[in-house]
Amino acid sequence: MAAAPVRKFVSADPEKCVGCAVCEYICSFEKEKAFNPLKSRIRVVRLHPLINLSVTCRLCEDPPCVAACPRDALEQSGETGVIIIDEEKCNGCGWCIEACDYGAITLHPESRVVFVCDLCDGEPKCVEWCPEEALDFTTPDLLAQKARRAVVKKLFQEAMKTVPA
Amino acid sequence: MIGYAGRILRVDLSTGSSKTEPLREEMAKKYIGGIGLGIRLLLDNSKPGVEPLSAENPLVLVTGPMTGTMGPTAGNGIAFVSKSPLTNGTGEAKSHGFFGADLKRAGYDAVIFEGKSEKPVYVWIDDDSVQLMDAKHLWGKSPMDTEDAIRDELGDYYVRVAAIGEAGEKLSKIAAIINDKTRAAGRTGMGTVMAFKNLKAVAVRGTKDVTVANPEEFLEFVKMLHERMKGPATTKYRTLGTPLNILVHNSLGALPTRNFTNATFEGAEKVSGEYLNERFVAKIIGCSSCAMRCEHIALVPEGPYKGALTRVEYEPLWSLGPHCGVDRLDAIIEAMHLCNYYGLDSLSAGNAVGFAMDCYEHGILTKKDTDGIDLSFGNAEALIDTLHKMGKREGLGNILAEGVKRAAEKIGKGAEKYANHIKGLEMTGYDIRGLKTAAIGYAVSFRGADHNRHGAYGLDLKGTVDRFKVEKGRSNLVIEIEDLYTIIDSLILCKFSRGTYYETFEDLARYYTLATGITITPEELRITGERINNLGRLFNIREGLTRKDDHLPAKVMSTPIPDDTVSKGSYITQKELDFMLDDYYSCRGWTIEGVPTIEKLKEIGLNDLAYIVKPKIEKPKKPETKKS
Repeated sequence: MAAAPVRKFVSADPEKCVGCAVCEYICSFEKEKAFNPLKSRIRVVRLHPLINLSVTCRLCEDPPCVAACPRDALEQSGETGVIIIDEEKCNGCGWCIEACDYGAITLHPESRVVFVCDLCDGEPKCVEWCPEEALDFTTPDLLAQKARRAVVKKLFQEAMKTVPA
Repeated sequence: MIGYAGRILRVDLSTGSSKTEPLREEMAKKYIGGIGLGIRLLLDNSKPGVEPLSAENPLVLVTGPMTGTMGPTAGNGIAFVSKSPLTNGTGEAKSHGFFGADLKRAGYDAVIFEGKSEKPVYVWIDDDSVQLMDAKHLWGKSPMDTEDAIRDELGDYYVRVAAIGEAGEKLSKIAAIINDKTRAAGRTGMGTVMAFKNLKAVAVRGTKDVTVANPEEFLEFVKMLHERMKGPATTKYRTLGTPLNILVHNSLGALPTRNFTNATFEGAEKVSGEYLNERFVAKIIGCSSCAMRCEHIALVPEGPYKGALTRVEYEPLWSLGPHCGVDRLDAIIEAMHLCNYYGLDSLSAGNAVGFAMDCYEHGILTKKDTDGIDLSFGNAEALIDTLHKMGKREGLGNILAEGVKRAAEKIGKGAEKYANHIKGLEMTGYDIRGLKTAAIGYAVSFRGADHNRHGAYGLDLKGTVDRFKVEKGRSNLVIEIEDLYTIIDSLILCKFSRGTYYETFEDLARYYTLATGITITPEELRITGERINNLGRLFNIREGLTRKDDHLPAKVMSTPIPDDTVSKGSYITQKELDFMLDDYYSCRGWTIEGVPTIEKLKEIGLNDLAYIVKPKIEKPKKPETKKS
């Protein structure tokens, strides 16, 4: 059995994200040549001054947005995992929006069809521009590695001090 | 127009009607936006001698030409301009955050609020739709709670809100406007003007595109600024933040302590930026579009003020800390939170408490006046209690809520000797007794006591000049920065980014042209800065301010620095002040009375306002000049 292709997506580090919304601006500019957060494929949430996070498509396995579309307007790329939208078929009904747990797929304010992160052909502009380096273009496996390394570092705080640099 | 929205919104709060008018390109280029455009709109939309707290005094909100773009710091500004109830002259305060960008996306470069609503309202600007909404249920709420309540009732989490608090509602003259929960347009009583209009809040949602004239090069320019913002020019703001100033000022004998009784503070270490960051800063966050991230959010982890949360900067830390002799950071953070909660300008509020403490120490106020509060310098609980009283206008707080100038008049008994203000606006955290270049900038600032109109303290503190000396021509250095700072406040850039424009006017002219497509040379932009400084002055002259209003705070001229420090013995005499003003006016090309000449106005393109100066220049000069 051939290994499934490694799918990378954009993920924000809650420790680093400051809610500045540079990602929203560069996304809307890259995709639509305009500065407008409503046209961004990544959105910032500030729940509280201390709680900030950018959220975008996680490229789910068996994506619920695809399953929810009554018009078969959405499909997932087998290669990259990106959700591909057939703008002819989409009528903006919003079932996919309701199905997505992350609010990652949204209705375009002008075209009235849905739109979602397409990873900028593998070089996401938001990751390139994030001034805090809070955005990673990563995989679930890499995120798990990062978490494991962080927890071990924390557990071995004292020991880490004695390790030569 | 590109960059600009090209429209000004006029809202009549008396009738509830609104209309838009075009922003002409000539006007845009001449006054840029922010405070420049704001002061011009104020001047054109008010009658001479207008009462600040009257339906006839407009409140003007202005964005910048790059607001709503991803220009770092340029993308998120908003300026509030009106005739100040504190100074009776040019009032202006800026704020960053997210509010300004949404106002631009709603399609407005400026909003002029006219008239006065009969009952409490908030204005809901939803792109082209402008509605007056009932705000009875919001009256009494803090700006933050107002923001939450409005978002809930409008059902959109991304709605941006600027609101006043209880202090404003009760017409405290030092009321602020707070947007995005932690951002204050604090100075000159803009919240008071808003409150007088029964305008509890402005809520805005903008969904339109903002574009720039030359997108590719604009983006390259932004990228360059991002890189510069990661460098040494902004290290201070990204690490310890402005509270770094505490120990710096203290070591230079320039930290005003106990209402300008001392210039060093024995408790400085305990309120230092270093200690603050180690113990209290929970997160550093950023404004919309900024690559710098400077907003230090402090949280009190334990003790009587556990849970107090606020954004911290040096100025409020100074005014509520060393200026009141208070060395407890937990109480100072609570005090800052209370200022935001009640919607008080934290600078003026801290000044008012320090002033009251000084009066108390000198027997001018007693426990009878303070409802039993021991207002000795350094009493942290007294600071908190007094702020509550100011916010609610109870007891002594009712008097202090008027600002120190008016409070001193009401208290009498020589209290004015302790009231540190210029033109009625309270002091900021620089001990200008030993910063004699900065002192010039403070005295002549068109909005009263302020370090942000000139930044000349930098020359003094860095040792570029002999800070204890007055000398001919020194004013030119002040003017150079003043003209840059009015441009920064008209583009509405954050001053924390000022070090990233290596070529100053050259960089800024390029930035402006890339965004708007309007060609402007660095020299034209410098002249524009000069024009806006003259404009602020002209508004003051129209409202009756004269040379004698270019004064310095009482204690700066009466109390030599007593501390055993490098600035020991320094203060400013009347003779020195006169020398400074003569020099400054002459460098500005103004008369000895501080009035711009007709020739100067022609030179900088303000001939249409010559009517303001003519009667002052042609009238008998003799009796007036003798006075000074």
